[in-house]
Amino acid sequence: MFGDFDINFVIFGVMPYVALTIFLVGSIVRYERDPFTWKSSSSQLLRRKQLIWGSILFHVGILTVFFGHLIGLFTPIWVLDAIGIPYALKQWMAVLIGGPAGIAALIGSTMLIHRRLVDPRIRVTSTFPDILIMVLIWLQLAIGLLTITQTLQHMDGSEMVRFMTWSQSVVSWNINAWVTVVDVHWLYKLHIFLGLIITALFPFTRLVHIWSGFAAPFRYLLTRPGYQIVRSRRHRPLEERRRAYDKVQAKRGPTATTPAE
Amino acid sequence: MRVRAQIGKVLNLDKCIGCHTCSVTCKNVWTTREGVEYAWFNNVETKPGTGYPTDWENQKRWNGGWVRSASGKLHPKQGSKWRILANIFANPAMPEIDDYYEPFDFDYDHLKSAPDMTAFPTARPRSKITGERMEKIEKGPNWEEILGGEFSKRSQDYNFDQVQKDIYGEYENTFMMYLPRLCEHCLNPTCSASCPSGAIYKREEDGIVLIDQEKCRGWRMCISGCPYKKVYYNWDTGKSEKCTFCYPRIESGQPTVCSETCVGRIRYLGVILYDADKIEAAASAERETDLYGAQLDVFLDPNDPEVIAAARRDGVPEDWIEAAKVSPVWKMAMDWKVAFPLHPEYRTLPMVWYIPPLSPIQNAAQAGQIAMSDQMPDVRSLRIPVKYLANMLTAGDEEPIVHALERMSAMRLYMRALSVEGVRDEAIAARVGMSGPVIEDMYKIMAIADYEDRFAIPTAHREQNEHGADIRGGCGFTDGNGCSTGEAGKTTLFGGKKKKFALPQETF
Repeated sequence: MFGDFDINFVIFGVMPYVALTIFLVGSIVRYERDPFTWKSSSSQLLRRKQLIWGSILFHVGILTVFFGHLIGLFTPIWVLDAIGIPYALKQWMAVLIGGPAGIAALIGSTMLIHRRLVDPRIRVTSTFPDILIMVLIWLQLAIGLLTITQTLQHMDGSEMVRFMTWSQSVVSWNINAWVTVVDVHWLYKLHIFLGLIITALFPFTRLVHIWSGFAAPFRYLLTRPGYQIVRSRRHRPLEERRRAYDKVQAKRGPTATTPAE
Repeated sequence: MRVRAQIGKVLNLDKCIGCHTCSVTCKNVWTTREGVEYAWFNNVETKPGTGYPTDWENQKRWNGGWVRSASGKLHPKQGSKWRILANIFANPAMPEIDDYYEPFDFDYDHLKSAPDMTAFPTARPRSKITGERMEKIEKGPNWEEILGGEFSKRSQDYNFDQVQKDIYGEYENTFMMYLPRLCEHCLNPTCSASCPSGAIYKREEDGIVLIDQEKCRGWRMCISGCPYKKVYYNWDTGKSEKCTFCYPRIESGQPTVCSETCVGRIRYLGVILYDADKIEAAASAERETDLYGAQLDVFLDPNDPEVIAAARRDGVPEDWIEAAKVSPVWKMAMDWKVAFPLHPEYRTLPMVWYIPPLSPIQNAAQAGQIAMSDQMPDVRSLRIPVKYLANMLTAGDEEPIVHALERMSAMRLYMRALSVEGVRDEAIAARVGMSGPVIEDMYKIMAIADYEDRFAIPTAHREQNEHGADIRGGCGFTDGNGCSTGEAGKTTLFGGKKKKFALPQETF
């Protein structure tokens, strides 16, 4: 039964589903059961030094890379063909946008790791998951940048199309997706593997703040009119309460007075 | 008109003795936990001084509060919504913990466990964050107590704006006052306006501003948004915390801990009815000196039948309306005009108000003159410059402060005449636009300050909004995750606890 067992099948065929399930279910469970632990875990209060530059470089860089991956991997290939973007052009865009963004993120995360490990205040208030996830992300960025050396050897986009096929097959329940990435360079494989590990660790680390970071602009800009928030314990809105009050008053008649008057 | 009620507060600085009982009792109740050792929901500052955190009043530096744009619209000084979101990765206006102070404790155990030594054992300081030895404590929660430190540093006090401050560094001319501070529970809070998560809210029923600990994501914008620097980041939980106005006590009709324990009886709590529709216009008043008056216009007279009818219609409970009629806060802020908002120029419409302190006459010659002629003392010649108080309480407008100080000194003169000479001198009262009975009421409330006169707090009406059967067997007030006990040292799946508690091993 295990005669033709292939580790590639486990990593690229099974693991994406395991990782994504943990990611989604874990996030929902944490949000529901333990909202108090859902936070960005900022350490800016304890040490401003190295955070301002480190955090901005890291976040801007990694958000660019993240959306680059999201759009790059999950845009259906027929869409590319339909709007006439040559694969080589897309490959160049990926390298030219992703490369600098990745370098910015790597510089930023190096600063942040250094600060986290060396600054006594930050070190002592760091949890194990805080440090683990930072190191993993740093490695992931470094490996991702190293894959550019391989990518530059086939700028026609052929390898990229294989990754697009793989990712899109995974999310469209194509169980044979893994075969498309069996014989890519090991750096790519390591990058994907580590990405899946980070995805699986997501709900158990401070990374959950990414959800809130994406939600915040919508909440703050779109669903909140004005600036202020007033909460009422009453179940009905003011207008409804006023109408109900007026109705009762009208029934009582104009002569009705209350003791205070 | 949209009538809402708020439990307002007044602090009579004329009677504050700077004993810090308020701060200590508050701390013992609310912030003895890890992560907020440095946080004082209530603190007492000695003025003139730069305060806690250092230079908090200087909004050019900290960007707290609101600004009015040329078009008359308000936006937080740290930026409109877009700017705030753009700063989410690193907040440029946020103070560091060293701007407050690095929390510390002492090695008390060493005093009793030290071995036989030639020198007397000492208890040396240790950081409450890192647990490491601190060679020198550079700052504390009350670093400038009773004019501690050099005048050159303390004189950076923002309230010295347009005051010839150099002479106040001289021993003969020095002056001092205490300023107890807590969250202002503003009508137009910048903390809540700055929160991208929408975790900070004002309660409709009693005006208390709270942070929803389960919605706070630690974006830290409230800390820089609040011009009073009264929102604190808990570095342990990663959430912001602030003064809760002791809402569990207020809801049951009890004064806040700081008010209850104030030995000088300087704190007053009472209902203020206000018109929520007027808030925006009042906060956007064109000139900064108009803001005090604009806020007075937001308050509604609880004896006006029209206001009473509107309050009933908007669901203000009957006992709250009755409490508003006897509110000491209303009397001091509105009837007698002796209480003022702290830094109205921040445009937050604060709801903790202050009665400015009287101070001794500036020099002996004048003092003799006044004693002989039995005239009203000129409050402009008091030791604490009127301009200084005005910069603190009325955005620099001296007239209302002079008016209040005159009324307070008239009260002293009147009561002196009454108790020493047995004369009810209506002329004194008339000079400050009051009458004898009003001054006597003022004396009863401001000087005698009986418990019943200081606090007029109606209870919350939970029975109108909650069903007892639903909350029976619930968790009640917990710190942490709903029903979980939030035990320290226990590792959980979502965010394990970092370090076990260990007694310091190093002794020297």
